[in-house]
Amino acid sequence: MNTQVTIAGVTLNNPVMTASGTFGSGMEYSDFVDLNRLGAVVTKGVANVPWPGNPTPRVAETYGGMLNAIGLQNPGIDVFAERDIPFLKKYDTKIIVNVCGKTVEDYLEVVERLAAEPVDMLEINVSCPNVKEGAIAFGQKADCLYDITSQIKKKAKQPVIMKLSPNVTDITEMSKAAEAAGADALSMINTITGMKIDIHRRKFALANKTGGLSGPAIKPVAVRMVYQAAHAVKIPIIGMGGIANAEDAIEFLLAGASAVAVGAMNFVNPYATVEVVEGIEAYMERYGIEDVTELIGAVE
Amino acid sequence: MDSQIIQKKKMKAMVVSQKQIAEQIYDMWLETELAQDARAGQFVAVYPHNAATLLPRPISICEVDREQGRLRLVYRVAGKGTAEFSAYGAGDTPEILGVLGNGFPTEQAKGKRVFLMGGGIGIPPMLELAKELEAEKHILLGYRNQDLFLQDDLGEYGQVYIATEDGSVGVQGNVMDIIRVNELHADIIMACGPMPMLRAIKKYAAEQGIDAYISLEERMACGVGVCLGCVCRTKEIDHHSHVHNARICTDGPVFEAREVEI
Repeated sequence: MNTQVTIAGVTLNNPVMTASGTFGSGMEYSDFVDLNRLGAVVTKGVANVPWPGNPTPRVAETYGGMLNAIGLQNPGIDVFAERDIPFLKKYDTKIIVNVCGKTVEDYLEVVERLAAEPVDMLEINVSCPNVKEGAIAFGQKADCLYDITSQIKKKAKQPVIMKLSPNVTDITEMSKAAEAAGADALSMINTITGMKIDIHRRKFALANKTGGLSGPAIKPVAVRMVYQAAHAVKIPIIGMGGIANAEDAIEFLLAGASAVAVGAMNFVNPYATVEVVEGIEAYMERYGIEDVTELIGAVE
Repeated sequence: MDSQIIQKKKMKAMVVSQKQIAEQIYDMWLETELAQDARAGQFVAVYPHNAATLLPRPISICEVDREQGRLRLVYRVAGKGTAEFSAYGAGDTPEILGVLGNGFPTEQAKGKRVFLMGGGIGIPPMLELAKELEAEKHILLGYRNQDLFLQDDLGEYGQVYIATEDGSVGVQGNVMDIIRVNELHADIIMACGPMPMLRAIKKYAAEQGIDAYISLEERMACGVGVCLGCVCRTKEIDHHSHVHNARICTDGPVFEAREVEI
């Protein structure tokens, strides 16, 4: 049975990754799961300098999901390169570093700094809804997305994955813009902007007022967007949004994703990633599927 | 403070017993092997069965029975998840994640005169702390009204003083009023309670020039230091993100009051 998938020339042992921001750099969850079993670890977003993030409360539960407005708290590329990359190098998994920034220059600084590092791919976060500058602003206008993607592609030494926002009118337009600018792959979806109000205190549940919705509540939206994007572009898509188990992951593959990522459900079930890997294998055995790539886009 | 190096696990626990002990306050004993590693001031995260309430609920450990492998959780019903827990009876098997957090540094108080200060739902962790501390224990408890809980359990381990906001029992006011009215003095403080109480303790400890270890609370998602939801502003640069934000779930929940900006 073959579970390997190849994305932009990088071959993963299986199509299961972690969604950025839900797995740190793997240290904490290595208590629960064997990182060697994962296709790739996608790290928490890292910027050129440390970011303190937003005030608390930063998280709130919603029906079948959660809102977060962490604000991309991260230690900056120096600490990350010294501490997190060597940690991940100990494992037989691919390393995908998520990059965030406030300006194009911020992104480029991190991308250039990573050029000499032993990381397999870069995932560019142009879709975080929780920071005031940069981030999502680059991901909501096709021409801005095209511009930042092409600038990053000029500097990047590793394949570039653009992580797209679902908070757009037409996901195919954004997907095509990224592809036209040279993106090697897309990942989708980031969180959906949402809000929660505490009616007893008449206050917002999050200090940031708005936050990004994730978890099982958003899965149908994510599957639909992956399906639409897969029919609009030729580059591979990494699908994510509420994946809790292998059944969810297979839905994304059938919709057209070449790989999948487990996000918020890590918080609910710290063993979720490896359970998805094992569940996909069990599904392949049950239906006599020799190669996992047969599933990609195979919905009829 | 070193957090203990014991592997965290998510596993099924079994409810041994549960009863209501005050308005909205429930007292539940769980059978779980996690009890072997649990210490005062640590917590577990309890998962509701209802998948619509996704996230585990962090609940402080009230008492540990290592011999029988049991944890006692005393919690307040505050929403859908805890409302579900309050309906559990003997034999129910919720999943729990633990043991989480650093716990109180009990060795710091050894042989000293210590205030154990609990306010409201911050009172439960004081019980295991009172059991573990080898010290002269003054236990200062703040309640809203005469609907008291755990005061008798705590009375077995030290001198209990009570304050109520409405003055129906003990000193009228809060735990700080107990100190003032009784002219009490301590070498060190260990406390858990609402933020205004912890702020008052931080200020008092600074004035007295004594250490105060306070247990903080914040909305959390993962409970294991990944999501960065439950941060607290710190005086020094934190070791995780290098931005003066400690993670309450893993660096805490117990901090020396001077370390945190609250």
